[in-house]
Amino acid sequence: MEIIKKFTESEDEQSFVINIGPQHPSTHGVLHLKMRLNGETVVDVEPNLGYIHRGIEKMNEALTYKQCVHLTSRMDYLSAHMNNQAVSLAVEKGMQIEVPERAKAIRIIMAELQRLASHQLWWGCLGLDMGAVTPFFLGFRERETILEIFEESTGNRLTMSYITPGGVLQDIHPNFVADVKKWIAQFKKNLPEFDQLYTGNVIVQSRLKGIGILSTEDALSFGTCGPVARASGIACDVRKRFPYDGYEKLQFDEIIYHGGDCWDRYMVRMDEMKQSISIIEQLIDNIPSGAYREKLKGVPKVPEGEYYQRVETARGELGVYLVSDGGSKPYRLKYRTPNFANLSALRSMFIGQKIGDMVAIMSTLDLIIPDIDR
Amino acid sequence: MTLLTISLADIIHSIDTWLNQTLSPTLAFAAELVLGGVAIIGLVIVMAILMVYAERKVAGFMQMRYGPNRVGKWGTLQAVADVLKLFMKECLTPKNADKLMFAIAPFLVTAVSFMTFAPMSFAPGVQFWDINIGVFFITAVSSLSVIGILMAGWSSNNKYALLGSMRSGAQIVSYELSAGLSLITIVLMVGSLSVKDIIMSQQDLWWIFKGHIPAIVAFVVYIIASTAELNRAPFDLAEAEQELTAGFHTEYSGMQFAMFFLSEYSNMFVLSMLASTVFLGGWMPFHIPGLDGFNHAMDFIPGVVWFFGKTFAIIFLIMWFRWTFPRLRIDQLLKLEWKYLLPVSIVNMIIAALITLLNWQL
Repeated sequence: MEIIKKFTESEDEQSFVINIGPQHPSTHGVLHLKMRLNGETVVDVEPNLGYIHRGIEKMNEALTYKQCVHLTSRMDYLSAHMNNQAVSLAVEKGMQIEVPERAKAIRIIMAELQRLASHQLWWGCLGLDMGAVTPFFLGFRERETILEIFEESTGNRLTMSYITPGGVLQDIHPNFVADVKKWIAQFKKNLPEFDQLYTGNVIVQSRLKGIGILSTEDALSFGTCGPVARASGIACDVRKRFPYDGYEKLQFDEIIYHGGDCWDRYMVRMDEMKQSISIIEQLIDNIPSGAYREKLKGVPKVPEGEYYQRVETARGELGVYLVSDGGSKPYRLKYRTPNFANLSALRSMFIGQKIGDMVAIMSTLDLIIPDIDR
Repeated sequence: MTLLTISLADIIHSIDTWLNQTLSPTLAFAAELVLGGVAIIGLVIVMAILMVYAERKVAGFMQMRYGPNRVGKWGTLQAVADVLKLFMKECLTPKNADKLMFAIAPFLVTAVSFMTFAPMSFAPGVQFWDINIGVFFITAVSSLSVIGILMAGWSSNNKYALLGSMRSGAQIVSYELSAGLSLITIVLMVGSLSVKDIIMSQQDLWWIFKGHIPAIVAFVVYIIASTAELNRAPFDLAEAEQELTAGFHTEYSGMQFAMFFLSEYSNMFVLSMLASTVFLGGWMPFHIPGLDGFNHAMDFIPGVVWFFGKTFAIIFLIMWFRWTFPRLRIDQLLKLEWKYLLPVSIVNMIIAALITLLNWQL
């Protein structure tokens, strides 16, 4: 991409500037986009961040490690378990704790259920943004059962803070296995319904195919990750490349498409849902018995040093960079969030497209703004 | 049984005779106009309330939820509550808006949709104004609503409203062509533009069955084109909440918004009535040529029930579209019209003309 010129300069006299957001029905959070339009075509776009900046990274410097985990649920709230897992793994790496097998299996099941719930919401909101209201209800119906399963075992639906350094906070509910199996049976029956209603629809295909193309070089240079990068042909699934918590023992495919347009990003997530189901099915009947947590004595202190841990959230690679000075509070806890990297690719995808495509591209990027602003 | 033999036409006829006896002819005529106008306004308002309720319930059931069921038994008073709420809201005019245009726009749109009720025939003998160019009048008057929409968007002094109204104007103007051509296909086969003649010509069989392929193609094109004219999904970019907040009626609230809302639903009613009149026989019962006993049994159901039944079926179809399909982008929408629907309608019309000229000798 050529040197980016400033947003306010433009040789195009016909263009006008319009603000999308921060309060807008279709931005997934408070994202302020300044768009320069020429009629219906987007000439330039500049995202304006910071509307939900809460200073999480600064707050972390005053909290103990167990408390830091709670804040991570609020970043990418649709991948709460995975965010918690990221920080817990970083702390365990630092303290060199071995997590019991039962805890690892439970963590993976929770993470994959969370991934499915997040993709359900993504699918529903994609339909809603395109104008079809019914997928919204269908997606949320599936998600609702998962949230009830979460509430039963962890006590919370959205910000669970269940995965902590050492294992998981408490053991799973006795009904957990049966409920998950029941949900999987129901979901497998309903998933073809989604394809029938939406994927095969000619209007959907014409609105998603060929829109918002992100080439492989651009995807690499912007540092995109997750389904966005995998749709552009980059093999970057952290569960495969840098496995953690027992993913190396499981059989699942890494979904890669090469077109880089909205349709490929859509198909990557639809296929990922099927892979998540197969992961859960591999584990749900064989959860090892044993301890669910390695009890940490007192307030955990991480030895001095720098530790980096990466996790595959529903949206991409979340990296946790922990710098510790030996105390009970982190010296610096920096998050490399997937949504921030994906947002940087926004401009190259928008320019030249129409306003109607803007909504399609934003939905398939699947951004969660609190994750960008932290 | 005596109740069934009194038809709507008889009631109107007796009111007419009574008025002419008690008042002078001009005054009676004026009184009839006023009564007819009030009746139509009453019908429109009742229909709008019913359709709003129906839409929400239909949407609810299609999305596996109940829809409104708290206000009144089965949520029947929900529409009333909504209207009361809109009454009470403050009607703001934006700061640099063009005040006169801003105030007139809702009334223009509503007045146009009321005017199109005039040539419609609801039952045998019940018609407000039987002119010989009925279908042409309806099509011509309903195109005036574009002016109201453009006025609303421009005078709001709001970029979103302007974008929405420009899109809507382009869309409506394009789809009127296809809608008009598909109506003309049937008019060609009937030989007259008058609404009464079109209905009477369907006495043996409705045009959608009698007209073979040209009529079926025309019906499909007409349904698509009228969904687009109504700014309803999948063609509802003008009100695409997810892109532009509310399009051309962003700045309107309270009663002014209620007028736009009312005009959308009454336009839906008008276009469905037109479809059921021209393609499905209006108030004419379903007759099969040759089965006299069946035809006689069908005649027992009053014309008014047939008419409203067909109209509601088409309204349900249009509502069904909204809750199933996503939205088309503006260039895809216009491409659909100019590259696909319009050539298809023109060719269809030519085929219908040929068939009529050859007196169905094919």
